[in-house]
Amino acid sequence: MAITPPENRLWWNEPIERVEIGWIVVAFLWGLFMFFFMIAWHFIGGQNLSTETYRVTPAAYEEKVAAFAEKYQVDDEMGVPIVRPPAGEDVYLLGRLWEWWPILELKKGQSYRFHLSSVDWQHGFSLQPVNINISVHPGYEQIINFTPTEAGEYGIACNEYCGIGHHLMTGRIRVVE
Amino acid sequence: MTAIDASYAGTAAGNFRTCRYTGLKVDSAAQTLIKANAVAAVIFLAVGGLMGLLVALTRWPAVHLLPSEWFYLILTGHGANVLLFWIIFFEIAILYFASAVLLGSRLATPRIAWAAFVLMIVGAVMTNIAVFQGDSSVMFTSYPPMQAAPHFYLGLIVFAVGALVAVGVFFGTLVIAHGERTYEGSIPLVTFGALTAAIIAVFTLASGAIILVPTFLWSVGLISEMDPLLYKVIWWGMGHSSQQINVAAHVSVWYAIGALTIGAKPLSEKVSRSAFLLYILFLQLASAHHLLADPGMSASWKIVNTSYLMYLAVLGSMIHGLTVPGALEAAQRRNGYTKGAFEWLRKAPWGNPAFAGMFLSLVMFGFIGGISGVVLGTEQLNLLMHNTIYVPGHFHGTVVTGTTLAFMAMTYYVLPLIFQRDIIWPKLARIQPYLFGLGAAGISLFMMGAGTLGVPRRHWDMSFTDAILQFELPSGGFLMMGLNGLSAVVASAGGILYILITVGTVLWGKRLDRGEAPLTFPLHKRAATVAEYGSHATVKLPGTIILVTIFFVSFVLYYFVNWKYLSELWLMR
Repeated sequence: MAITPPENRLWWNEPIERVEIGWIVVAFLWGLFMFFFMIAWHFIGGQNLSTETYRVTPAAYEEKVAAFAEKYQVDDEMGVPIVRPPAGEDVYLLGRLWEWWPILELKKGQSYRFHLSSVDWQHGFSLQPVNINISVHPGYEQIINFTPTEAGEYGIACNEYCGIGHHLMTGRIRVVE
Repeated sequence: MTAIDASYAGTAAGNFRTCRYTGLKVDSAAQTLIKANAVAAVIFLAVGGLMGLLVALTRWPAVHLLPSEWFYLILTGHGANVLLFWIIFFEIAILYFASAVLLGSRLATPRIAWAAFVLMIVGAVMTNIAVFQGDSSVMFTSYPPMQAAPHFYLGLIVFAVGALVAVGVFFGTLVIAHGERTYEGSIPLVTFGALTAAIIAVFTLASGAIILVPTFLWSVGLISEMDPLLYKVIWWGMGHSSQQINVAAHVSVWYAIGALTIGAKPLSEKVSRSAFLLYILFLQLASAHHLLADPGMSASWKIVNTSYLMYLAVLGSMIHGLTVPGALEAAQRRNGYTKGAFEWLRKAPWGNPAFAGMFLSLVMFGFIGGISGVVLGTEQLNLLMHNTIYVPGHFHGTVVTGTTLAFMAMTYYVLPLIFQRDIIWPKLARIQPYLFGLGAAGISLFMMGAGTLGVPRRHWDMSFTDAILQFELPSGGFLMMGLNGLSAVVASAGGILYILITVGTVLWGKRLDRGEAPLTFPLHKRAATVAEYGSHATVKLPGTIILVTIFFVSFVLYYFVNWKYLSELWLMR
């Protein structure tokens, strides 16, 4: 009984059921496979989140993004600048209470160094409808090498709770041919 | 040695009764403390469960019940009350049961155990007050730089200290039982599982103290800055590892209910105990599950930690996934149900809510909570679901269909054996685990479905009506959130039934401490006597083999389907 002491005091000498051994081997090998598959994906896969990160003060990051937006702004929508950086260029996006700023216009099939940080609280970059989700911290500037693979309008939601206006926090990325 | 024994004899006061149904010696101090902790647990479940219903009804797009301020407030309270207070109070009751009652020992230092109880109550109430005052809607995770009122953190710290003291009482009771030789040989498997939970609890609560104490000091202005990333690493050392306390505790409950209802015993003590040991060795790495999509951590750190070092803790759970149904099948075959692969399962006591709840918990924890957890915790796959409502979908699969349902099932024996009251309204009690289980499964699966369609978690308005830059999530996501709301209504019906049956039984159930009344939901006759041990070498478990094969195939398929989805994302190199 599982609620009484083992009657055989030398229970560790009892043989193990064969079905148990078999299952342990299968489960262990499956675990090994899953472990090595994560490593393998770094070599064979096209989707690995970069770990290139720098410390940055929120004020310094805000300045960088503002300079970037001013340099490449082509238009605006509802007062938010639409920014079209040259292909292959560094691209900046910032999260703050409660918006993703600015609107970006990227080219399909081009690779961008995509900088991401927050200037106040933690936010969650959630790109839809592709469903790419990345945590964004204040004080940490993460650089992701993104290549958009399909043209279209993409929305950005915030999926890290950031206070009372959390559900108002959105942004946009436009991918053109 | 003799001097020590003499002193034990001198202090071995205790005040025991012998249980008529199990033959166990029950210390009256332990009994009262189990009652107190269980009652507190059920109260917090009622409060937190109601909050959960309000959350689900708000996220049901067609209902959208609460205004946004209230939604975030109630969601914060929901997390604290059910994930922390309900579960840990019940776990303390389980620890006292697995030590004092199962070992036939007196409880160590009942006064300190009462002090622990008071601390936990004070802490839980303090945090609830902070939440309801309205300026601490920071969610259960309270990520800085977002700040709650100081007594929000202080309440959690006081609660954790109380829980840690109670865990100390459990360890002390093990020492006393060993010293006073109240049992022969090794501790029972269920006590071993409880010991696993207690050891993990010490690590967990220490992590909680390490991060919440400075956070409290920051909230009163003594520390100027909290690093958000460091906070997350250490906070989840508490937040995720404490879920492993639940796993160890509810796996123990599965074994206990199997023993009580059909006389199940472990296939082999060695395997089941080693599986618990794997939890102790590797579960602490789980903090990484919350940092897979975060900056600042290296890929190798993520891979090693998120996989519990090559999935060795997952291996522990997969082993229990075979040994628990295997033990049930072996017991049922001994009980005479030997036809075909599944007579043992068909003729199991499905009308006994303890058995039904336990088996549903076992199946759903594995299929819903377990598989989704491994997929979500895979370094790259996490990108697909991180912080979407898939995440609550996953952990409602583990904590609600797994832990909560198992604890509810256990209640059907805590009431007659500890409260000594027979279950009232047996017909309602019979359907309770099915109702709650069905609802909870729906909640988990529909939230997971919505998450794969991009629906964010902790979010008041998935239609972004008042946002400046608007866009639409897929309509399937809205449908899923509606179905989630419906499931929450079903689960709440099961939850309300549970509360009514529990409270009704405690107040008005037929008293079992006098007379020779049989139990409404009887124990297996083997539960009263020590069964013979030793390997039953002839045992054949075709049903269990089929079940784990189905599980394994589902696991592998779901795993690769998600890699397929991942490969269709934008390129990130």
